[in-house]
Amino acid sequence: MQDRFSAGRILREALGGNAGWRPWRRNPEPKPRYDVIIVGGGGHGLATAYYLAKLHGIANVAVIEKGWIGGGNAGRNTTIVRSNYLWDESAAIYEHGLKLWEGLSADLNINVMFSQRGVLNLAHTLHDVREGMRRVNANQLNGVDAEWLDAPGVKAFCPLIDISADARWPVLGATLQRRGGTARHDAVVWGYARAADRLGVDIIENAEVTAILRDGQGRFDGVETTRGTIKARTGALVAAGHSSILAAMAGFRLPIESHPLQALVSEPLKRLLDCVVMSNQVHVYVSQSDKGELVMGAGIDAYTSYTQRGALHVIEDQMAAACALFPMFSRVRVMRTWAGIVDVCPDASPIIGATPVPGLYINCGWGTGGFKATPSSGWTLAHTIATGAPHPLNAPFALKRFETGALIDEHGAAAVAH
Amino acid sequence: MLLIPCPHCGVRPETEFVYGGDATVRRPDPKTASLDAWAAYIYERDNPKGPHTELWLHASGCHSWLVVERDTVTHAIGQVRQARDAAS
Repeated sequence: MQDRFSAGRILREALGGNAGWRPWRRNPEPKPRYDVIIVGGGGHGLATAYYLAKLHGIANVAVIEKGWIGGGNAGRNTTIVRSNYLWDESAAIYEHGLKLWEGLSADLNINVMFSQRGVLNLAHTLHDVREGMRRVNANQLNGVDAEWLDAPGVKAFCPLIDISADARWPVLGATLQRRGGTARHDAVVWGYARAADRLGVDIIENAEVTAILRDGQGRFDGVETTRGTIKARTGALVAAGHSSILAAMAGFRLPIESHPLQALVSEPLKRLLDCVVMSNQVHVYVSQSDKGELVMGAGIDAYTSYTQRGALHVIEDQMAAACALFPMFSRVRVMRTWAGIVDVCPDASPIIGATPVPGLYINCGWGTGGFKATPSSGWTLAHTIATGAPHPLNAPFALKRFETGALIDEHGAAAVAH
Repeated sequence: MLLIPCPHCGVRPETEFVYGGDATVRRPDPKTASLDAWAAYIYERDNPKGPHTELWLHASGCHSWLVVERDTVTHAIGQVRQARDAAS
């Protein structure tokens, strides 16, 4: 890579008054034809393009984004990365992702600030305890690191949590994945975009897809966009909350509904929380960013919506639970709240693979938990596009499972919020 | 927060209601429906960007099921009917 980042480079540029830095990537005009079009310039779409170019030698690829890259859910999530899912299919694909995360900064030559600070999933009821222990056992059988902590163990790992017996949400224990943690979401988007661009991928921003073209045989033939017609014989829809809209343009329906998912950050504080704490029971997940803000997520708003905003009562419920778990948070002020539109599948698992339209693939349905899967999502979709068949990792996540009934039900296991 | 005009109770906040999903879905005829039709009924949704016809239960009020027209882009609420009237 010509413009490689390194400590030496930073020193050299500093000595040169930082006048030598160049833009990270090109800003190309769309060509009339590509080999593959990827609709959606979030983390998943950009990762797909990167792995297509890097691992499969398919670099004549356009990533088409209606706004700017990483402006959707890629920039709105709470950046938690973990792989401690219950079912074998989920554990396999998320663990593959976690392994990619562990080498991602070196692979992309950018610091994605992947911090393996440990993820706690709290248990507040006897059922939570049983479910948590079962998940720990399932994880260990699948080669995913997992531990069970009793309440004093939770207190030792994360001293801020109130474990007193009369707490509103008593802490009976927790699962711990030490290899889980957080990453800097913007760096992930920029890193994949920069690396894909270097390999020849065109990233076309401010181009909204207005129609999906099909030839006389019904095969995918390209897209109409606000920046003109772009042709390709192969396409992939990687558009999260707007997947149903794009599928309707292509002539099929999805088992997906779009909901707002809210998150918030507090004012910046000194370092006080050095792990990720999640509670499925009360819909709270919290970590502290490198800037010192507490980053917290809620559950989805109940109704379908395409507005990137939610209702305050959801935040109120979430804050009430957070303050019960962490009494010191009651004096912390909220700085900013926002929402993203998440594509929720009936079984809380994604769809990665073929569609009823020949030549057109889809990657959607990640719902509330897609960020952690960014590398493996792109990796498996790239394999599927390049070979025309799913990888064993994503074969179970076919759209067909809603006809066969082979669902991967992660609702109870992985949490509503993840 | 949404304010939903219940035909019985007047305008009430969203927190009194439970969302019941797409109200346009119809159960296929068990005698004739294909497997595809069952799969579509159970799982597939239009998930429209714009006007949406949906069910709400006034759980903390009169306990009626209502059919509400709501826009998924503006959150503006239009016609609200009783589900039993809408179904007939």
